[in-house]
This record gives sequence, structure tokens and C-alpha cells, in this order.
Amino acid sequence: MSPRLRWRKFVSGFMLTLTGVCATVAVSVLFFILGYLVYHGGSSINWNFFTKLPVPVGEIGGGMANAIVGSAKLLLLASLLGVPIGFFGGVYLAEFSNSSIAFVVRYAADLLNGVPSIVIGIFAYALVVLPFKHFSTLAGAFALGVMMIPITLRSTEEFLHAVPRALREGSMALGASRWRTIMSVVVPAAYRGIMTAILLALARVAGETAPLLFTAFGNRYWSPGVSQPTASLPVMIFTYAISPYDDWHRQAWAAGLVLLALILIVNIFARAIVSRGGTILR
Amino acid sequence: MHASVRQAVSVNINPPTVNPSRETAAPASMRMSINKVNFFYGSKQTLFDISMGIAANKVTALIGPSGCGKSTLLRTFNRMHETVRGARLQGEILLDGKNILAQDVTQLRRRVGMVFQRPNPFPKSIFDNVAYGLRINGSKLPVADAVEKSLRHAALWDEVKDHLHKSAYELSGGQQQRLCIARGLAVEPEVLLLDEPCSALDPISTAKIEELLVQLKDLCTICIVTHNMQQAARVSDFTAFLLMGQLVEFSPTPHMFTTPSDPRTEAYITGRFG
Repeated sequence: MSPRLRWRKFVSGFMLTLTGVCATVAVSVLFFILGYLVYHGGSSINWNFFTKLPVPVGEIGGGMANAIVGSAKLLLLASLLGVPIGFFGGVYLAEFSNSSIAFVVRYAADLLNGVPSIVIGIFAYALVVLPFKHFSTLAGAFALGVMMIPITLRSTEEFLHAVPRALREGSMALGASRWRTIMSVVVPAAYRGIMTAILLALARVAGETAPLLFTAFGNRYWSPGVSQPTASLPVMIFTYAISPYDDWHRQAWAAGLVLLALILIVNIFARAIVSRGGTILR
Repeated sequence: MHASVRQAVSVNINPPTVNPSRETAAPASMRMSINKVNFFYGSKQTLFDISMGIAANKVTALIGPSGCGKSTLLRTFNRMHETVRGARLQGEILLDGKNILAQDVTQLRRRVGMVFQRPNPFPKSIFDNVAYGLRINGSKLPVADAVEKSLRHAALWDEVKDHLHKSAYELSGGQQQRLCIARGLAVEPEVLLLDEPCSALDPISTAKIEELLVQLKDLCTICIVTHNMQQAARVSDFTAFLLMGQLVEFSPTPHMFTTPSDPRTEAYITGRFG
């Protein structure tokens, strides 16, 4: 074997190993985080964690039932705002707009997607918290909903674009109007993709802390209705993690574990929707 | 244009026989007439001064090499060209004597149906595919009966009657294309346009669809675009030959394929180009 060939074989082998190691690192980060959360927080996860309110400092135990319910309420309200606007905006973008309007909307959506979440929090603070003069579930949901709009809009648009033109023509050739065609042929053909995108958007905002800090704020107790400050898992983690108490630290780890598990479940569920029955394109 | 085609007089149409003499059946009433149609994509003109007629309850074939404008012409017949941005049409297209460009487009497409090059069933069940046209048009007919009738007309009923509620995507390509024909027939169109309906199919499926077209003549008027000259010769009563956006020759099919009057037609059908 000539030295030249030996060198080439060495470089090839070295690069192959390097890419393999990087891929392993990328995957193991997730499992490392998961393992770390289980190690630190696993012991605090029990029935009480899901059913009890936080207890005063000094007492051991208690739970985060209010934060879990608070997060659920925030996400539900955020979806009510973000999903319809994002979905119908995406339909408009994909089906009706001419190219110059589409360019502007698409660009604006991408910019909105890039706005730091803390800035969206300030925006919601100015628009919802200040006029009502107190923090509320509504304000937090507004901030999260705004964050969901660009994700839902862009992915709705992309999945609708992936529907073959032939399907639209087939429907129009039977005398269907454009709206009828979109609603009864195009959207059903793309609905798996759109559903997945909505779930992923939900998973994305579920972990957001910054936009909630001065909108939903936080609450040690239950938050009835939508006009009171409310606890949420991410903010609870933040508050507990920076506290000086060991028991709170354990609870923060546990909350992190619950949050991550919920997001993973949503992700897996979303992927299952996509893979079930294959794609819309034959 | 051949003189016998231009005659728009209603005469007794020969009842279909095993071996109909298509030459003698030629003088038929016109379902559609196309008068001086010019077509543009943006500033590019793709059809030049096309005038021809589509005889009622006959099969008219449009042939010509790729890019000659035959599909474009077909798509103007039910205004599908309007779904493409920058498309512009000049001239007049009459359906039963009325200009289609002045009519409500959804009403028009209900009367002039279309089957496309590649089978394009909707992501729904077989039944819902056929029922789609009836439902969107708010038909009062019992849907199930109409679906069965259409599937029978499309010679698909016996193959699918036991799994009407399965996804249309589980059918073979040829079955999907017949499903699309059934879907088009369900709204009982007066004219059925077919845009190279067999180009994505195997020879056996193609033969089935060709056989079907000949039978469907009793039901509606048929206009088919094909790049396959043998197919045009087998199924059509009239053939129009287009070349670079111009109508070169339009005659009864047997005439076109035996004694073409234009040297370009002869060159094309004898395989010297295209």
C-alpha cells in the first residue's frame, strides 16, 4: 500500500468516526437530560405532585396541581387564538394570495417567528396586562397564541402547497367553487401534516417561560377563570430553581421532568399521526 | 374544416351497431362550436384562430405532437384554463348555442366534465369520490343509486361493489382512472373532456377505457386529447390535428387516417415526426 493510499484511508476512517461521534453526542444529549431529570426529580414525583397545591416554605411535600392545570388552560386558550389565525392565514397564503402579497405575509411570519419570546411577553404586557391592570391567564395565553401564529401559518401553507394541483383541478372540473375545493378536498388531503404542525407548535410554546413572566405571572393557589394570575409549569420551574431551598429544587426537577414528558408525548403523537396511513402523495 | 362536419343539422343518428360505419354517421348536430379561438399564456400565444365543432354523442379526438396546444384547447372547453395565472382567451366557445365565457363557471363545469392525464381520485372512499360531484351540486337524487349507476357506466361496479368504503387509493391505476370517469359521469354532464386519459396506464387498462369511451357516446359527447394516433383511430369519430397552435386538419377519423388532405397531417400520421 502506498503512503498516499494509506493516508487517504486514514482520513476517510477518521472522518467517518468523527461524524458518528457527533451523531451519538446529538442523540445522547436528550437522554442525558432525561436521565438527569429522572435522577433529580424522579423522587419528588408522586400522587401529591399532581394533585396538591404548593406548600409554604419550610414544609416538605406539596405539589404543582395548579401549575399543571394553569399550563393546560394557557395552552388551550393560546390554541384558540393561534390555530385559527395561523390556519386560515396559511390557507389564504397557499390558495388565494398573489405572489407579492404572499411574499410580504411569509416574510412577516418568519420575522414574527424570530422575535425573541421575551419581546412577545412585553408586547402582551402592554396590550393585555396594562389595560386590565393585573396579570392574567388571558394575557399569558395571548402571548403564547401570538407565538403559535407564525408556526401554524407557515406549516399550513407548506402542507397545502404539497397537495397535488391535480386534486384541485379534479374538484373544480366537477363544478366546485374554490372554497369548496379547498375545504372538502385540499385540506382533508393535507390534514395530517397540518395537525402535526399544530401539535408541534403547541409543544414548542408549552415550554416557553419568558413570555409568561409578566403576563400570566405566577400563583401559589388555584386561579379561577381566565382573569387571575396563574401558575404554569415553566414559570414554576424558574421560580423554584432560583430559590435557596433544597426541597424546591427537587420539585423544580420534577416539574421539568413532567413538562419534558408531556412535550415528548405530544411529539411522538404528532409523528404517529404523520406515519399512519403514509403520506397524501402516492 | 371538412364540409360534413360544419353541417349543423340534426339528423337521425344511427343506433350503435356492432360495426358502425362511422363515415356515414358523420353529419351530426353540434354540441359545441369553437369560433376563432386565440389563446395566450402571458404574452406568448399558444393557439391561433382555432375553429371547429364538437358533434353531439360522438367522440372527437385532438391529436398532435407535444406542445401543439391540444391540451390547452381542451381545457378551454370547460374554462379550466382560468385556474392558471396569466392565461387569456379570445374568441367564442358555444355550448348548445350559448357562449360559455358568459356563463357561471361552476354551472358550466357541471355540464362539461373533465378527466385528467393522471388519475386524480380524492383522498376519500370510492363511494365518496363518486358522490362528491352530486353533493357539491346539492343534487336531490338518492346518492347511493346515482353512485352505482355511474360506477356501472364506468365499468367499475363489479370490481368495487364489495368495498365501496375503502380508500380510492387502494385501487390500481387503471381502476382509479375509471373511478375518475365515474366521478365525472355522476353529475350527468353533457360533454366529457378527457386529457390523455390513458397515458399513465398499462395496455390492458387502456383497452378497457377505450372500450368504455365508445359505449359512453350514447350518454354524452366526448372529446379526447391523445398523443397516441392509434388510439384516436380506434375510438374517435372525428379527429382534429393540431400543430404549433394551429388547427391543420379536422375531418372524420377514417378520412383523416386514410386520405389526409394536408401534407403535414400525412407526415405526422405516417410517423415522419412527432
